[in-house]
Amino acid sequence: MKKEIALILLLSTSLSICIKAQNLYATNNGETSFFSETPVENISAINKLGQAIINITNNDIVVQMNIKQFDFPNKLMQEHFNENYMESSKYPKAVFKGKINEKIDFTKSGIYDVSATGDFTIHGVSKPRTFKGKLNITPDKLNLTTDFEVSLTDHNIEVPKVVFMKIAQVIKVKNNYTLTPYVAKK
Amino acid sequence: MRRIARYLWICLLVSPLSAIAQDDLTKMLDENETKSVDYTTATFKGTRIINGHSVETVKKNHLDFLIHHRFDRLNSGAYNLFGLDYSTIRLGFEYGLTDNLMVGIGRSSIQKTYDFLVKGKLLRQSSGARNMPFTVTAFASAVVETIDKELTFQDKISYTTQLLIARKFNERLSLQLMPTLLYRNRVSTAAQDRMLMALGVGGRMKVTKRLSLNAEYYWAFRDQNLQNQLGEKYGNSLAIGFDIETGGHVFQLHFTNSAGMVEKQFIGDTAGSWGNGDIRYGFNISRTFSFDKRAKGINKVSDK
Repeated sequence: MKKEIALILLLSTSLSICIKAQNLYATNNGETSFFSETPVENISAINKLGQAIINITNNDIVVQMNIKQFDFPNKLMQEHFNENYMESSKYPKAVFKGKINEKIDFTKSGIYDVSATGDFTIHGVSKPRTFKGKLNITPDKLNLTTDFEVSLTDHNIEVPKVVFMKIAQVIKVKNNYTLTPYVAKK
Repeated sequence: MRRIARYLWICLLVSPLSAIAQDDLTKMLDENETKSVDYTTATFKGTRIINGHSVETVKKNHLDFLIHHRFDRLNSGAYNLFGLDYSTIRLGFEYGLTDNLMVGIGRSSIQKTYDFLVKGKLLRQSSGARNMPFTVTAFASAVVETIDKELTFQDKISYTTQLLIARKFNERLSLQLMPTLLYRNRVSTAAQDRMLMALGVGGRMKVTKRLSLNAEYYWAFRDQNLQNQLGEKYGNSLAIGFDIETGGHVFQLHFTNSAGMVEKQFIGDTAGSWGNGDIRYGFNISRTFSFDKRAKGINKVSDK
């Protein structure tokens, strides 16, 4: 009888260890916005369905979003953005696949300066990039914010010269992702 | 004890979950993705294919200002600079009440015409979470031709209803069908019916990202030898042209046998045929303004 109880105890604890061992944090509603600033026209758009996942055991990080889910205040611009610049039917996703460079104790709450290096893919063109950001760890929550710039020419995004809509050659991108322990959707 | 060891072993077998590859992470994200309906956008570049309406509507809180011009007939000769000496114009303001419903008002110089229109999307072509092969838009307008002061107000009015059914087959090709019903309170000759049915077909083929070739034809169901009050045979409206998109503007340059720019006129009143050289050069310019409050830079990620 004692043996049985010990077995059950051990089984339950070991199982819970097994489950916790996944060590994944993820979100399906991270926010990414970008801003193009020229003397003529400012253009901004936001995507509130950004996805991110972090594996805290090996620092792997993947961030991805659908280009079509960027929302513009000016719908005509949104149409041009998808049809002409990003060709989002052909290249539906923007993806970053990389690793967080710093060794971080994810169990300890606090704000950390972090950086991640990996492949950044937009418009079907991948570039190795290192992004810097801030990681705010609270119990069961990772909040990741990062600002970076994307050069249109780096990703073969063509902006014709005779266009009335003025677009900056370098686009400012802001991200705010709050990750919680990963749960698979049914 | 051996059983415990076995459970430990199982636990160890399961624990490699922690050594997940990056590709698996991507797969997990893909599986967890919020599936949304992927609505087809930009079936046509503008709210007009050429003369007639496309399935597109002006988006919510956007104002479209339209300037349409049609010149005189090419076969009017060099003396009239092939029609360029005379032109007719329609000015229009069209506004999106929602992303799928718009209203508009226009004034054409032909017959000193005011037109009032409402157009709404009933179905939207989509893929993803919901599959819909077509976009279906309903259109209705009332037209008041004010040139003849003698007529009663009732007699100046005509009505149009249309069903616009379009499919964007791929990035380049979109086709549209337009069953149309016209009702004129007064017709110019006794031989005409007040009611006129027509079927339109139209489409666009993109040549480059910003340039597309458009064509549009309306077959009117009436005696094809019917003449107007000037003794000219009525013709079916045919138009061929290009759309050029430059950002906030869409320019449409085209040739057509119709002078009118509202349904009642280009479907109902077109006289002259392409075969005889009764072709007019024309253009539409559309400029869209956004009145969305978010345009003022509120559209940013919060710095929390």
